[in-house]
Amino acid sequence: MLKGFIEKIKKGLAKTRAVFGGLAGLFTGRGRVDEDFLTELEKRLYLADVGTQATADIVARVRQSFLDKEVTGDVRTFVQGQLRELLAAPAGIQRAPAGPTVILIAGVNGSGKTTTIAKLAKKLKDDGHQITVAACDTFRAAAVDQLAVWCERIGCDIVRAQPGSDPASVAHDACEKARARGWDTVIVDTAGRLHTQAHLMRELEKIRRVLAKQVEGAPHEVLLVLDGTTGQNAIAQAQMFTQSVQCTGIVLTKLDGTAKGGAIFAIKNKLGLPVKYIGVGETLDDLEPFDPDSFVAALFE
Amino acid sequence: MFDGIQRKLGDAFKKLRGRGRLSEANIREGLREVRTALLEADVNFDVVNAFITRVTERSVGQDVLARIDPSEQIVRIVYDELVALMGPVDHKINFAKDRPTVLMLCGLQGQGKTTSAGKLALTLKERGRKPLLVAADLQRPAAVDQLKVLGEQIGVPVYSETGSDPVTVCRNALGHAKEKLLDTIILDTAGRLHVAEMPMDELKQIDRLAKPDQVFLVCDAMTGQDAVHSAKAFNDALELNGVILTKLDGDARGGAALSIKEVTKVPIKFVGMGEKLDKLEEFHPERMAQRILGQGDLMGLVEKVARVQAEVSEEELKKQQEKLQKGDLTLQDFRNQFAQIHKMGIKDMIGMMPGMSDMIPAGEDPEKMLGRIQGMIDSMTREEKRNPDVIDQSRRRRISAGCGVEPHEVKKFIDQFMQVRSLMRSMAKMSIVERVKMMTGLNKMGAFMPGAKLKTKGDTGHRKSAKERAEDRKKKRKQDKRK
Repeated sequence: MLKGFIEKIKKGLAKTRAVFGGLAGLFTGRGRVDEDFLTELEKRLYLADVGTQATADIVARVRQSFLDKEVTGDVRTFVQGQLRELLAAPAGIQRAPAGPTVILIAGVNGSGKTTTIAKLAKKLKDDGHQITVAACDTFRAAAVDQLAVWCERIGCDIVRAQPGSDPASVAHDACEKARARGWDTVIVDTAGRLHTQAHLMRELEKIRRVLAKQVEGAPHEVLLVLDGTTGQNAIAQAQMFTQSVQCTGIVLTKLDGTAKGGAIFAIKNKLGLPVKYIGVGETLDDLEPFDPDSFVAALFE
Repeated sequence: MFDGIQRKLGDAFKKLRGRGRLSEANIREGLREVRTALLEADVNFDVVNAFITRVTERSVGQDVLARIDPSEQIVRIVYDELVALMGPVDHKINFAKDRPTVLMLCGLQGQGKTTSAGKLALTLKERGRKPLLVAADLQRPAAVDQLKVLGEQIGVPVYSETGSDPVTVCRNALGHAKEKLLDTIILDTAGRLHVAEMPMDELKQIDRLAKPDQVFLVCDAMTGQDAVHSAKAFNDALELNGVILTKLDGDARGGAALSIKEVTKVPIKFVGMGEKLDKLEEFHPERMAQRILGQGDLMGLVEKVARVQAEVSEEELKKQQEKLQKGDLTLQDFRNQFAQIHKMGIKDMIGMMPGMSDMIPAGEDPEKMLGRIQGMIDSMTREEKRNPDVIDQSRRRRISAGCGVEPHEVKKFIDQFMQVRSLMRSMAKMSIVERVKMMTGLNKMGAFMPGAKLKTKGDTGHRKSAKERAEDRKKKRKQDKRK
């Protein structure tokens, strides 16, 4: 199982590896840790979207510890260790002690929320949970239809309303339905919104408030869906969404692209927000719990 | 939009401005900050380095020649280079005369292709074309439905087939357009997560069969270093004619705009601002570069003000003008102007106003600030709004209770209002451009921010000791004597 996981990430991260693989190449066949070496290291970290702060830190530490020393496996282990240190321990979904567990999904437009919800619902359903999905994206044309198609394929329940209706009311209905039927999981889809749109962020806060009123302790998880191709703006997104709905974790999507997902290092660094799942493909089974060890290891294969 | 980079470069140049003359060393130092700013803005690493090298070369050479105001000169050079990097742009779309023109949109998943297709159709429709939207994205569930709904909203026909393949759909759409006498066809193609998985063959096949006159790449402004990859791959496969940069209404620094142009040489033609179906806006490298340098998009602002003013009835405008001329601006008028600002979108206004982005502390919500002021005005009686002079302590207490703020905030606001009113009187005679300039000047001083008075004196943030003050006096006396 673990091996399969590593394989999958490896495949998904082929490109990431090409970059970091180049990084690995950097560690062999070079003489000394000199300015050229450090510049090259900086470049490759930047190209992986690791970001200014983390990149500067790592380069500074390598400079401090290894300058003018022979390039050996030690340097590589050191960089690997630094990257690993920047990531949190793996964590699963927090379940409610009683009543339905409510999972709120948020993110900017086109980050892959709906697909992620489908994958998450499939996963939880396979684990034996009874799920209802609240289709709160009442804004984008045909978003509800898209989600309904997925739900039908998975075979889980969906609560939906007319386009343009209040998303909070859909969330409310979904909670009521789940409680009445004794189902244990509610996944709440929301419309994509840019974190700079104050009124839409307020709408999201309202959904959160309604959920909290309906179910004690809800939402138990607030997952921010981040597009792996996003650059440093991902940090601003994480910051603003956390500010308004107190995110508990990140789902990193589109990692099977040329994306490097390096922004997660910076996000963990700044906000302490852990990555919980990663999306590594387009099929329904392509949602994997995030394992930082494998992630960093795969980068260096 | 480019707020972040703007702030950073502003910081960098503030440092430069503090110095008298520029040496090569402090050019480099200033440019190091520019480099960090560009990297943080997700501009591709290699593009950044090339850019910095170019600017350094030009600055160092010029500095020796012209020593007038070196920092301004560097700003100028950075600006020129930014414009050169992102331009030139030709916003024209060439239409075929004898047959329907075919436009094709492509791009990765979630970049905003379908929304952009809708916006493009609306733009063309307003230019008098008869567009047809073609749903060639048969991959994402409900993508066809989304396009249909969009088409209905903007009154543009949508061509779709069920149980068909994208290539056939595109081919049949050509015939359909000829039959219905539609002159512009917009193909919305499917996206994939990853460039390597893009059905390039399918796209190429559509390219061969439908012979699009223009191919546009739709790219998300938030994309990181990866932007270059996908742009290059699409350009290699399809030969792009232009790029549509989407989601620029967020705070993404949009470094992708710089990198894509530099690497593929394909111009960015349009920008998408928001999910609401509106026209696509034309991309202006000059404006963008101005914004980056903290000079604000004044032209954009003036255009926007003009657009909104066109909506306000002439009569109302005249009435307002007269009132202003007489100098009896009331709080009610003030409130109405707020409503207008609201219409333009506060966020937009702030982004476009020079210096404004410095004013609002990061994370602070300007809408909230203005909201409080609105609340105060709404809690006043008609008499108070007409004549704020009558507001005494007791009235102030009532107003503050009515809108949930402290009485002293009400007082502060009214004081501010009085100042604004006197300024308005002098502004009444100015042209709109002058007025905007004036407004932005005001905003720099924070006149509209609650809790701020018009500052007449600069504040260094440092309280001088008695000794220092004495020294200052001495210095001043000496200077006066010299004169």
